[in-house]
Amino acid sequence: MLKLKNVQTFYGNIQALKDVTIEISEGEIITLIGANGAGKTTTLMAVCGIVPPRSGEISFMGEPITGMEPDKIVSLGICQVPEGRRIFPYLSVAENLDMGAFLRNDRAEIKKDMEYVFDLFPILAERRHQAGGTLSGGEQQMLAISRALMARPRLLLLDEPSLGLAPLIVKQIFEILIKINAENNTTIFLVEQNANLALKVAARGYVMENGRITLTDLSENLLANEEVKKAYLGF
Amino acid sequence: MDYFLELFLGGLTRGSIYALIALGYTMVYGIIGLINFAHGEIYMIGAFTALIVISVLTLMGMNTLAILVIAGVIAVIYSSAYGYTVEKIAYKPLRNAPRLSALISAIGMSLFLQNYVLLAQTSDFLPFPCLIPDFEFMEPYAHIIGSTEIVILITTAVVMVLLTIMIKFTKIGKAMRATSQDKTMAMLVGINVNRVISVTFIVGSATAAIGGVLIASHVGMINFYVGFIAGIKAFVAAVLGGIGSIPGAVLGSFILGWTESFATGYVSSDYEDVFAFLFLVLILIFRPAGILGRSEKYKI
Repeated sequence: MLKLKNVQTFYGNIQALKDVTIEISEGEIITLIGANGAGKTTTLMAVCGIVPPRSGEISFMGEPITGMEPDKIVSLGICQVPEGRRIFPYLSVAENLDMGAFLRNDRAEIKKDMEYVFDLFPILAERRHQAGGTLSGGEQQMLAISRALMARPRLLLLDEPSLGLAPLIVKQIFEILIKINAENNTTIFLVEQNANLALKVAARGYVMENGRITLTDLSENLLANEEVKKAYLGF
Repeated sequence: MDYFLELFLGGLTRGSIYALIALGYTMVYGIIGLINFAHGEIYMIGAFTALIVISVLTLMGMNTLAILVIAGVIAVIYSSAYGYTVEKIAYKPLRNAPRLSALISAIGMSLFLQNYVLLAQTSDFLPFPCLIPDFEFMEPYAHIIGSTEIVILITTAVVMVLLTIMIKFTKIGKAMRATSQDKTMAMLVGINVNRVISVTFIVGSATAAIGGVLIASHVGMINFYVGFIAGIKAFVAAVLGGIGSIPGAVLGSFILGWTESFATGYVSSDYEDVFAFLFLVLILIFRPAGILGRSEKYKI
């Protein structure tokens, strides 16, 4: 479904991604793990067209999307829940969700989807008129995921959804991600520092170091891998 | 009491004009963080366009009110086109450059447009006909407020209401707010940020052109330099209210208008600007972000 082939990106003269090759099939949950500054966020931003690759190819459903404008990429069905959640702080919860559905014009369906996300996260329904910036971290993460769902994505990219959240909330959010994947066949590309958690949810994983993919395998094999254990799992 | 009321309404009228221009400054700043110094020139171009149209239509012997409306519409279209083009030529290529580069480009654009009008038109003051007739029903109040002022106040109010509806409820308005809060995230939800920026420049230029036509008809003369002075005043108003905030720009404009009007009326017209800027200094000492400005605070 999504294919990155030998992608290289630069910030000025500093190379952030080196020959990154990743492949995701439809309906899969895969994860990309790695330390801070390894290039995980850059990988997602490259897919979304925010940091276009200098060389290499990115394709979605067989069509090349390298160098496409971000809004065109979103219209193909690729949505990102970015690092730090990036809620529009002065827009209300409902307006934030409206923005998620920006490219859609089917009002009735949008309303239905809003009910759907309120069903997933009832707390958001309670807070629908509140400014996004006043929500707690966990609520903001729920809103960020809901906002992405409002676009009816075929591929959902998530950048560290567990960051800074209480374990109980993290558990709740991951359960819902699994539910979304199962119910809507939404493909999920999960970037995480919490490798233990990510590898339990995902079927396959990629390990990134200094902008390079150093290892890729089924999650169970990665969880058993001595190197991965030492570097990312903490035992 | 009548004198006070006269000054009050005079200040309100002045404030309305400042507000029409200040909106453009504050909206552009809110979206791309740039002080668009060429904005005053857009206002001036609006006034000049209207003058040219008025001259032609008057020769054709049209009804004055019809002339004013047609001239206003053409001025709005013309100024919007200028605003749009200025952004595309002078700011868009510098989108990712340091802020100072875009600021210098804005000053350059301001000087360029001034000199362009100077060469294409004239350096002299040109008389601008007053096309707003003295309404009969205004007769009893003529010593407090004139017909032109009433037209200015009503037009401004209508523009403000329309703009508020646009920003609050329409899709493009919400997209403008989203873009001003987080540009990258706006792109990630599929907003075409370049289009939003263009629309912002067009809307800001259109309101400035309306202000230009109204004030020119009020004052009765224009030259290539009027945009610069009005622009600086409106910029002060926008900063006073809190740059980036639309209600702030309107409030700041009214405060500035009243300050000037009362200072002129009760002290001396020589001190008009002194009081205006004194007020600005005081506000910025006690509220550096402006009256309604937000200090930058984000939850991480």
